[in-house]
Parts: sequence; structure tokens; C-alpha cells
Amino acid sequence: MYKVKILVTLRKTILDPQGKAVESSLKSLGYDKITDTRIGKYVELLINADSRKEAAEIAENACRKLLANPVMEDYTYEITKGDN
Amino acid sequence: MTKAKVGIVVFPGSNCDHDAYFAFKELLGADTKFLWHKEGSVGDRNIIVLPGGFSYGDYLRCGAIARFSNIMQDVIRFANNGGIVIGICNGFQVLCELELLPGALLRNENLKFICKTVTLKVENNKSIFTYKYGIKEEFDIPIAHGEGNYYCDDETLTELTANNQILFTYRDNPNGSRNNIAGIQNVRRNVMGMMPHPERAADVKLGNTDGFRLLQGLAESII
Repeated sequence: MYKVKILVTLRKTILDPQGKAVESSLKSLGYDKITDTRIGKYVELLINADSRKEAAEIAENACRKLLANPVMEDYTYEITKGDN
Repeated sequence: MTKAKVGIVVFPGSNCDHDAYFAFKELLGADTKFLWHKEGSVGDRNIIVLPGGFSYGDYLRCGAIARFSNIMQDVIRFANNGGIVIGICNGFQVLCELELLPGALLRNENLKFICKTVTLKVENNKSIFTYKYGIKEEFDIPIAHGEGNYYCDDETLTELTANNQILFTYRDNPNGSRNNIAGIQNVRRNVMGMMPHPERAADVKLGNTDGFRLLQGLAESII
């Protein structure tokens, strides 16, 4: 069993208005050292694969086909063995 | 009597399906049927409408889950054979997710759900979707969306422009769409998506019939 933690964010070239709104709120709280804020999605998968390689292949395909839209989003993921 | 056989795809969460049905069936007298998303075939339909709404609750991304529903596999086949497909609002989002149309619809720039009447400009009236309008004609039509901010990269934008794929633009961009784009067609010119709602501007009783000609033109294009 492998756990895959996937982060999906808007591509860097795309303006993230939600991130900007949150950033201006952070600035108003005095966090003036925060220079960029981007909001994304977190997806967690448990994959019953025989190897890390197989789990990675499944996760990669799932991201490409459904979890992220390559027109507007980038994704990254990390894989750990076990289910917690 | 129109020979159009309209199929309106119904996803869980579609909410403009009945408006589209009413416009085609009652206002245009077209043979019109609902197509439940679990059906495997569009059958004898020759116009497919992907209606507005919030298919699958807009989970993950608008249209992302709908694109994998049973009926959509046959809609892809239908479109690739030259069949007419029109996506309105959520339907436009589904068509982009399907890659039957280029680009994507992002969250509105002002982060708000916008429900109001806007003015559209006809950028290309040589399509089966727009031939009832004048070139550069402006008309009023309702929008109601939170994710209608049309985005595509520079290369795609150049192609859209070069191929005359941009059908409608907003006069006053409400949502941040690139180049004010409100509606586009594919290269083959049989698939079109738009965020505004022509079916909500088709009946005299609602005070605006500017969208009627689009639906009428479509129905009459089937001969």
C-alpha cells in the first residue's frame, strides 16, 4: 500500500485572484515578508500497488487524466509506503 | 417544420436543461429529448446540447467529472463525425475539459458569482451558430457563472483568431476572459461553447429574445 499526496496549483503563468486576495489579507495582518500566495488543491490517494514505481505510474496517469487540467494547472506529488 | 432532433444531456446537477428543452421544444417546435448521462448513445439526435448548471456539484473542477460520464463518450464520437454540439455555461466548461474546444474556464477574476445581463458582440457571423446575427452586432444576454473566465495560452489565442473561431466577445468584460472571449467554436465548426445563456433570452415573456436567433439558426441548419 502506498499513500500519494498530490498538490494541484494554478500554473505559474496564470493569475491566481484567490491567492492575491488572501495575500492582501495576510499583508493587512502585518506579514509583510510574504511575497507570493497561491491557492491550490490537495488530493490524497491510497494505492494498492506492488511497488513504488507502479504507484507512481497510477498517480501520474490519474493526475493527467482527471485530477489536474494541464491547460491551467500544475501538479506535484509525493509517495510514501504504508497507509498513514 | 424543423428537422432538428435535439438531445439535451442531463447530468446530476444540470439546472438549465429544462430551459433549453422549453426553447427547442416549445418555442421552435423541434423534436427534443433529454439524454440522461448514463445512457450509452445519443441515438438519432442531430443536435446535442450540454446545458448549464453544476454537473457533479462542480467537484474537482467545473465539468471535469461530467466529461467522463457514459454519454459523453458517444458525444465525442458524434462530434468527431461532424455532429453539432453546443455547450452553454457548464456545457462550455465540459467541452473544454473534453478538449473538444481549446482552453479552460477559470474562476472569475473578481472571485464573485456573476448573474446579470451583459452585452455581447458578434465577432464571426459565418457559422451555423451565428449566421442569424449581423457582423459586429451587439445584443443583450444573461450570464450566471462563477467560473467563466476564459483562458488559453498565447499560441492558442493566435490560432483561435487566425481560424475565426471566436464567435462572441463581451463588450464590457465581466469575468476577466482573455480578449473578452464569451464564445468559441472548434476548427471544424461543428462544436461551440459559450458562457452566456441564449435559452434564457428566447421567450417574449422573459423580456429579451436576443438569444432566440442562435437556437433558431441551429435548428434551421438541419435540412
